[in-house]
Amino acid sequence: MDQAKNFTKGFIRENPVFILMLGLCPALGTTTSAFNGMGMGLATMFVVIMSNIVVSLIKNFIPNKVRIPCYIVIIASFVTIVDLVMAGYMPALHEQLGLFIPLIVVNCFVLGRAEAFASKNTLISSIIDGSGMGLGFTLALTLLGAAREIFGSYALFGFQFIPADGMLVFILAPGAFIALGYLIALANKLNK
Amino acid sequence: MEYIIIVLSAILVNNIVLAQFLGLCPFFGVSNKISTAAGMGGAVMFVMTIAAIVTYMISHFILIPFDLIYLRTITYILVISSLVQMVEIILKKVSPPLYQALGIFLPLMTTNCAILGVAILVIQQEHTLMSGVVFAIAHAIGFTLALVILAGIREQLELVNVPKGMRGNPIILVAAGLLALAFMGFAGIV
Repeated sequence: MDQAKNFTKGFIRENPVFILMLGLCPALGTTTSAFNGMGMGLATMFVVIMSNIVVSLIKNFIPNKVRIPCYIVIIASFVTIVDLVMAGYMPALHEQLGLFIPLIVVNCFVLGRAEAFASKNTLISSIIDGSGMGLGFTLALTLLGAAREIFGSYALFGFQFIPADGMLVFILAPGAFIALGYLIALANKLNK
Repeated sequence: MEYIIIVLSAILVNNIVLAQFLGLCPFFGVSNKISTAAGMGGAVMFVMTIAAIVTYMISHFILIPFDLIYLRTITYILVISSLVQMVEIILKKVSPPLYQALGIFLPLMTTNCAILGVAILVIQQEHTLMSGVVFAIAHAIGFTLALVILAGIREQLELVNVPKGMRGNPIILVAAGLLALAFMGFAGIV
């Protein structure tokens, strides 16, 4: 398979959030600002790459019937690592993301990559796939966070460009759904 | 009184889907028809309550006494996935009609982040076993409510002429956003 295509497919064409509609819970729950969205995206990307590596290395030893529980345990171990490292070195971000860090385990996008790609492909292409899809996920979360931050508090990455209170609704729950709805419409348009 | 506050806050004010963003995959995935939405809600309530009880026991009798809190994520997800499998086997034997009704939704339950989310929240908010059970049931009711309302909206949306670019998922997300806006009106009652 063409590796460059393999890498870039997650950006727009098979973007996990905009096109496949996977991993929506963290995508909506953590993107109150561009920085939070990026933090969540990078944490998930680490888990995707590492679990893709391990799954593709041991794919021949896992009995077919118990493969899903095995994948979940592998993913859960890396999520625990991310959880503890973040709590130690980035306590503020960890506090913001809260419940959604342990919930990376049940992010269907991570399990989906392990099941649909890493369990069938070689180590190298699994790493490339994990990085590409992880970057696509990070991109989607950063974009969504940026859109919500721009309208919600007239700021981007904490830098305020209009000294006024923004449209609060974009920071609150309803704005997340609506902003994602319009971003998906835009991605569908770009995809054509 | 304490339980009434938990129930009202879980169903209306902090609705698990519309305010806390948990369980969005089934929220968008199985809200095509009101009947399937209600079936999914029933299955979630069943598994969520049992999962909350079991993870509470494991947390208080194994993880905390032996100082193993860092294993929380791994143990919970393993317990929940084996629990889902067990519930499936038992239901098949004991009550085939219920198994038939829930059938397709049960295996999906493992990757429903609402289940794991509620199990973790019960421990984080330091509930007792009793209030934890009430908390789990109330969250499941809130999930079912949101799911059934969205299914109703989607059934109506089928009849509407939606602008071309917004067809499919975008318009459903905007509808969900307006639903969340409506639920924000309950914010003052607790």
